Amino acid sequence: MDFELTYRGFSEHSILVEWPQEINEFILEDVLFYKHAILDLSIKSIVQINNAYNSILVIYELTIDNLNDEYLNLKSIYLNRNKFKKTKVKVFRIPVCYDEEFGLDLKAISEEKKVSVSEIISRHSKPMYTVYFIGFLPGFLYLGGLDEALHFPRKVSPRFQIKKGAVAIGGAQTGIYPNDSPGGWNIIGNSPVDLFLKKNKQPCFARSGDTIQFIPISRTEYDSIVLQIEQGIYTIESEVIDG
Amino acid sequence: MVEVIKTGLFDTIQDLGRLGFQEFGVPMSGVMDRYCATLANSILGNSSDAAVLETVVMGPHLKFGSETLICVSGAEMNVTLNGKALKTNAVYQVNTGDTLKFGKLSKGCRSYLGVLGGFQTEVHMGSRSMYKGITTNYKLSKGDVLPIVDHLDNKLVSKRHESALFSAVKRDDNHFEAHELEVFKGPEFEKLAKWQQEQLLSAVFTLSKDSNRMAYQCDQTLDNALEGVITSLVLPGTVQLTPSGKLIVLMRDCQITGGYPRVLQLTNTAINRISQKNSGSAIAFKCVK
Repeated sequence: MDFELTYRGFSEHSILVEWPQEINEFILEDVLFYKHAILDLSIKSIVQINNAYNSILVIYELTIDNLNDEYLNLKSIYLNRNKFKKTKVKVFRIPVCYDEEFGLDLKAISEEKKVSVSEIISRHSKPMYTVYFIGFLPGFLYLGGLDEALHFPRKVSPRFQIKKGAVAIGGAQTGIYPNDSPGGWNIIGNSPVDLFLKKNKQPCFARSGDTIQFIPISRTEYDSIVLQIEQGIYTIESEVIDG
Repeated sequence: MVEVIKTGLFDTIQDLGRLGFQEFGVPMSGVMDRYCATLANSILGNSSDAAVLETVVMGPHLKFGSETLICVSGAEMNVTLNGKALKTNAVYQVNTGDTLKFGKLSKGCRSYLGVLGGFQTEVHMGSRSMYKGITTNYKLSKGDVLPIVDHLDNKLVSKRHESALFSAVKRDDNHFEAHELEVFKGPEFEKLAKWQQEQLLSAVFTLSKDSNRMAYQCDQTLDNALEGVITSLVLPGTVQLTPSGKLIVLMRDCQITGGYPRVLQLTNTAINRISQKNSGSAIAFKCVK
């Protein structure tokens, strides 16, 4: 289906395209179809396209001379986009240790929501989460699909330092802190994997549109993965699913 | 090479920034004031993406370990070479052992030191711009040694040095003086009530102390009833209105996405100009469209 999109000049050298103001996978899919349709044309004047839940920002190298002409170009690309070729979906299995030592806020969530800790863990590790986009910090995945029973408001006063790898819940969202950073989300576990490796050509293993699943691991398994990562012999388990 | 003898407030190596890695959450970074940094490079005959040293309010002391040509542009910081005062926007030859000191700030906020060929520090993801987690260091420290092009082509040096073509550049003084910043309406501007729109475009704001390469904040608050938006895309120069009514002007190290209403977008020139404003400076937004 074709969505009703709005086009507007954002800065001298960028155009913002917006979908209806909702978060859902149909919109994300269309956002990515459109983004890739533009990228596939390798238009020289376009240097970068960023996407979020329901918008793309098309960034040009130079000031856009004639906005209307550019809108027309973009609109014709939208109409001609290939919306049937379902791109293959990559699923990444991310190990998470939900031990007390890491899950600083598990108890608080459990008491407040009257859900046992083991129930929280099983509800958190069940869904296939969609990666909507990466933002906030290098390698910070915006994931959709958190079980409603686990929605939990952000902390009133953020923590000064959150440990790298912390798996957390903030409102209706869940995510992993790619590096030590301040933050206001509730921490329920820790993943030993690196979400951002600057030396890699693709610094984050996941991209917008990919899928993530959390796999509960014990403290011993956690330590073993840390060792494997140190030795450079660890790879994140992943699978390609044809859509 | 150039050695850092004493650091300034926040010295970094910057070029025109990183493109192509925003999809992984990597900011663009790059010089805050492209106008002045480009001026230093063009006076030296460098390409505009050559890396320069950016310094803010209080600059470093540097010792040169090799011969080169330099040019300082941007804020006036009473720079001296071996104790002798230097002018901004002019080319000087430096020799091995020379000491360059940034002194007291008298105009603007950010100063740029260009060297012939640009600083040759590490490149990550297509850029030398320093940023936490991307480059080894996110700012310069005492004792750092910055590589530059050491073996100068003497012919090129004398040519560049004498060339009136490169050195006769006139700086636009309005760049530092103008307090009006040109803006476009942001995606959520129309969601503001008429009187709020008028207030935003007529009030004088002062810049708060909490201003850095990531964002500038204004001291004043606006009455704000706007709700947050679904996390969407932002750029350097995007002006966000927070729930508490504070205005945040995003700068070169800003994130890729944000959840506050985007009420204005600074023009490229306005981003360069606000980069030269200090805390307490008065600014006003003028809509160009």
